[in-house]
Amino acid sequence: MTVHLRDVWRGFSGRRVLDGISLDFDPGEFVALIGRSGSGKSTLLRAMAGLDDDVEGDGTIIVPDNRSVLFQDSRLLPWDTVLHNVTLGLRTPDAEQRGRAALADVGLAGREDAWPNALSGGEQQRAALARSLVRQPALLLADEPFGALDALTRIRMHELLFRLMERHRPTVLLVTHDVEEALVLADRALVMEQGAIILDQTIDLPHPRRKSDGRFESLRDQLLDALGVVIHA
Amino acid sequence: MPRGLPPGGILLGPATLIFVWQVASMTGFLSPKILAAPSTAAITAFDMLRSGVLINHLLASAERAYLGLGIGVVLGVVFALIAGLSRAGEAAVDGIVQIKRAIPTLALIPLGILWLGIGDAMKVALIAISVFIPVYINTHAGLRGIDLRYVELARTVGLGPADFLRRIAIPGALPGFFTGLRLAVTTCWTSLVVLEQINTTNGIGYLMNRARDYGQTDIMVVGLAVYAILGLVSDTVVRLLERRALSYRKVLGA
Repeated sequence: MTVHLRDVWRGFSGRRVLDGISLDFDPGEFVALIGRSGSGKSTLLRAMAGLDDDVEGDGTIIVPDNRSVLFQDSRLLPWDTVLHNVTLGLRTPDAEQRGRAALADVGLAGREDAWPNALSGGEQQRAALARSLVRQPALLLADEPFGALDALTRIRMHELLFRLMERHRPTVLLVTHDVEEALVLADRALVMEQGAIILDQTIDLPHPRRKSDGRFESLRDQLLDALGVVIHA
Repeated sequence: MPRGLPPGGILLGPATLIFVWQVASMTGFLSPKILAAPSTAAITAFDMLRSGVLINHLLASAERAYLGLGIGVVLGVVFALIAGLSRAGEAAVDGIVQIKRAIPTLALIPLGILWLGIGDAMKVALIAISVFIPVYINTHAGLRGIDLRYVELARTVGLGPADFLRRIAIPGALPGFFTGLRLAVTTCWTSLVVLEQINTTNGIGYLMNRARDYGQTDIMVVGLAVYAILGLVSDTVVRLLERRALSYRKVLGA
């Protein structure tokens, strides 16, 4: 078990945003966390990332120290080259070599010395992905990482992420509001509503997954139903 | 907004001014007792350059100005970092600086003389103080303006305090620092004009004061021209440094 949460709650000015979350993730498990905005999914991710010490709360959170966060914005430092952004905080002697390899993995070989602002939105997010993976994290926390990308770029990012996850095998928590994104990538989908997990669904479809597959469709309907979306047949 | 000027277009105004001034002097409209003709001033400048007088005064002034500038910039940056990176530092430093900001540096001359005498130590100290303020204010504002998302990023990648300073705080505050530095390079000369009226036997300020005693308007014009050139050159140098250090900004919006 790489992630262990027991009775985690968080509150903002008296309102409970996380209300007694208990979860366990197996090593290498790819978990998608779906919910509407305001359901508390980002709060849960930030709690697991240890980025919420100014927030009221309690509970047990055991996560690996070796974890990476992939934000919705690429969050590249504009004053550092792409390579230096990727190796930020990496203190191994082969940091540069690993940074170059990570950039090659995400298809950005040759852009090492570019300024982040010279990259397209999709390229920036790929550089951010390289920055997350170069640390070989045991846990990758991704907070709607493709939310700001156009539909085509997003599909390419899904393929890239899946391919890289197959190779690196970290445990992944992917926060998303996109049910299909969850179904294409994850082994398990959690649906969150008002600070609680209301559905915990295993997705044991073979890869590559097709949206036209009957089981894909029935899982999608099930998740949308949990999210309170009325499906008209 | 007017369109950008063609290269050298900005010189049209000054050139016209000098031309009108020269004509006014030659026609006797402008007496040399009021203001020397540009041509007279140019000849005086040439003579002073050839005899080495101008260079000696210039070096004396530059030494005071740039020593004060150097000390003021270093102190401004150090205190901005102290105030910008810790709450205790902010509490200790920022209030005092804001009060000092309200007091004109030249109003400190009497105290400066009392403490440091009328020599160069007092002059350099007051220049340093006058330079300290814009450097501190703008660098501090730059630090405070650093996106908190980068601070969060620093935590997620486990950046230590030294690396945080080097990779995020300093580069993030650099645009503010350069704004302060550009103000500072002009401020150091401005303060000098007044300070060189006190017990000096060299420097551009001294030169102009003595010229006043003898009614030598040509030397006064030379002094003013020297200040103008120094100010413009300093500003250009800082701009070049800024453009190199902030070259990543050129691709904004690319």
